[in-house]
Amino acid sequence: MKTNHNIVLSVEDLGKKIGKRDIVHHISFDVKEGEIFGFLGPNGAGKTTTIRMLVGLIKPTSGTVRICGHSLSADFMNAIRHVGCIVENPELYLYLSGRENLEQFARMLPDIPSERIDEVVDLVELTPRIDDLVKTYSLGMRQRLGIAQALLGNPKLLILDEPTNGLDPAGIRELRNFIRRLAKEKGISVFISSHILHEVQLMCDRVAIINQGTIVQTAAVQDLMQQETLVEWDLKPATDGRDRLGQLPYVSRVELREPSKVIAQMPRDKIAEANAHLAGGDIQVSGIRAHHPTLEDIFLELTGGPAHDETHL
Amino acid sequence: MTKLIYNEMVKMIRKKRLWVIALILLVLIPIFTYAQYRTTENAIKQLGTSNWRAILQQQIVDQQNRLASARVPEEWKSYIKLSIQQNQYYLDHDINPAAPGAPTFVRKFAEDAVSLFFPLLVVILAADIVSSEHAGGTIKLLLTRPVARWKILLSKYITLLFSVSFMLILTIVFGYLLSGIIFGYDGWSLQVMIGFNQQGEHLNVDHVQLIPQWKYILMAYGLAWFSCITVATISFMVSVLVKNTASSMGIMLAAVISGSILSQFAPNWSALKYLAFTHLSLTEYLEGQPLMLDNVTLPFSLAVLTAWSVVSLIIAFVTFSKRDVLA
Ligand SMILES: Nc1ncnc2c1ncn2[C@@H]1O[C@H](COP(=O)(O)OP(=O)(O)OP(=O)(O)O)[C@@H](O)[C@H]1O
Ligand SMILES: [Mg+2]
Repeated sequence: MKTNHNIVLSVEDLGKKIGKRDIVHHISFDVKEGEIFGFLGPNGAGKTTTIRMLVGLIKPTSGTVRICGHSLSADFMNAIRHVGCIVENPELYLYLSGRENLEQFARMLPDIPSERIDEVVDLVELTPRIDDLVKTYSLGMRQRLGIAQALLGNPKLLILDEPTNGLDPAGIRELRNFIRRLAKEKGISVFISSHILHEVQLMCDRVAIINQGTIVQTAAVQDLMQQETLVEWDLKPATDGRDRLGQLPYVSRVELREPSKVIAQMPRDKIAEANAHLAGGDIQVSGIRAHHPTLEDIFLELTGGPAHDETHL
Repeated sequence: MTKLIYNEMVKMIRKKRLWVIALILLVLIPIFTYAQYRTTENAIKQLGTSNWRAILQQQIVDQQNRLASARVPEEWKSYIKLSIQQNQYYLDHDINPAAPGAPTFVRKFAEDAVSLFFPLLVVILAADIVSSEHAGGTIKLLLTRPVARWKILLSKYITLLFSVSFMLILTIVFGYLLSGIIFGYDGWSLQVMIGFNQQGEHLNVDHVQLIPQWKYILMAYGLAWFSCITVATISFMVSVLVKNTASSMGIMLAAVISGSILSQFAPNWSALKYLAFTHLSLTEYLEGQPLMLDNVTLPFSLAVLTAWSVVSLIIAFVTFSKRDVLA
């Protein structure tokens, strides 16, 4: 058993086969207390499948999931007690009111006083509509009720599968702030999947990138962004400059853009060195601009091409 | 556990399933009452309304003559005696046997409804009890609570048992109240015969006795309850196995209807007696016209139904506890 109490969710070598297909394999990562952990991948990458294993809806073919030190497979009750989740859409009983839905779930948890229901309803700002049938709720309201339901049992870990699906920009921003606040003020860890790179960038502390069923990288969002930078060089003559940059071992990609512009992908702290190398080759450098890469760039680099998008039927 | 059952009851009620059942009963019972009324009207017309007492008295005299005759076999004599007793009871209590009261309606209704009508109502209650959670996606919420899966399923099963029992009680109450408007509310202690036993061609009347009608009704509804529970349990399993509510209802309706048709259609096909849905008309054992299947007895029917229930429950619980929830 892991002794590190700061780790709320620990996943080791998780894999799932359905029939002969490896849907996901060799998934490992840890989520620390109070951390917002992004799970980023294109459609069909295996995010939902992984999440279903994290909450015990499907059994992994290999590997283990530990929540607050309790193995999910061996000690389901004690592990799942610490989890609140929404898997895919916030599906609730449409023929019950918002409050009745929450009451249903409260009865399935140990010792939830009715004040707790009012508290979470207030937290997600659903108080004026809580006694209406869920049938009459908008998608955004259902999403919020889903979150209220997930928070009901004071979880240490919140697992959300693409929670921004179908929300408008204002709703997305609101949700983002809400989740950041939860993590900061209540120390709740949040595991959040998304296929929108920008979103993860804004919301998460760390991110695991998954593609075709396996994790291609796990890193702090900050580190990931600083690893490599696109640097724009104004060079003369440009073609010679491009070739000379290409000789450097740490330049991973170089490309001629406009007559005098060369884009190179390289670590930020090597810019001075590269500049000296160019000067040594009689290349005139009239401008250097380093871009902050977006996760999109990183994703392209890691997965070697555009995000692999599976066509869903 | 009680909290889980309470949850399921809330869902059952708010889904308006019980209302549908109540509504169906409220529509159908008056129709059946009217049909029964027409039949008795006819019977009375044929017999003549005023002289039913005279006819009964004549019958008793005839029966007493047969009793005195040496040619009547001994075992028939006790039967005839009972028959006389019954007729005497009608006379003493001023009951026209052709124009029964509400309790008689309730009894007849059970006998008619047990093979098809009750099972259909049960299917309405049971078919979506698990599959609707899959269809609505709410199964994901249920199974990610700190509650064992078998407990969730058990709470659903218990709720189903409650609902089925409630449905039968509702039938008795509605049947009594509604038919009483036309037939009057008397007749609970009416004497009815029970204990016929068909052996081959012979009607064995050794065990025939008279019991008050309320006892008969209790027994009839007890047996109807048993067959309804079997239907409910099998539907419950189908509801676990089939995630689509329409399919699970369809499968069950097809099974119930073909069971009821098959037992009349091919009574000599002996494999039929191991199917559950050919044994639903348990009340026929009370009426003394055993099921049309070969060589079946009440204990055999009960055993077949029990076996089906137990196997269904095992399959339902094992699948539900183990299965991956993928959609
Ligand atoms: N029941 C199943 N049987 C076979 N394959 C499945 C099943 N469910 C999912 N898959 C496959 O597993 C892969 C991963 O699916 P999953 O739903 O986990 O993707 P995802 O990352 O959540 O995608 P999205 O962003 O579209 O939600 C897909 O290729 C999908 O076709
Ligand atoms: Mg998904």
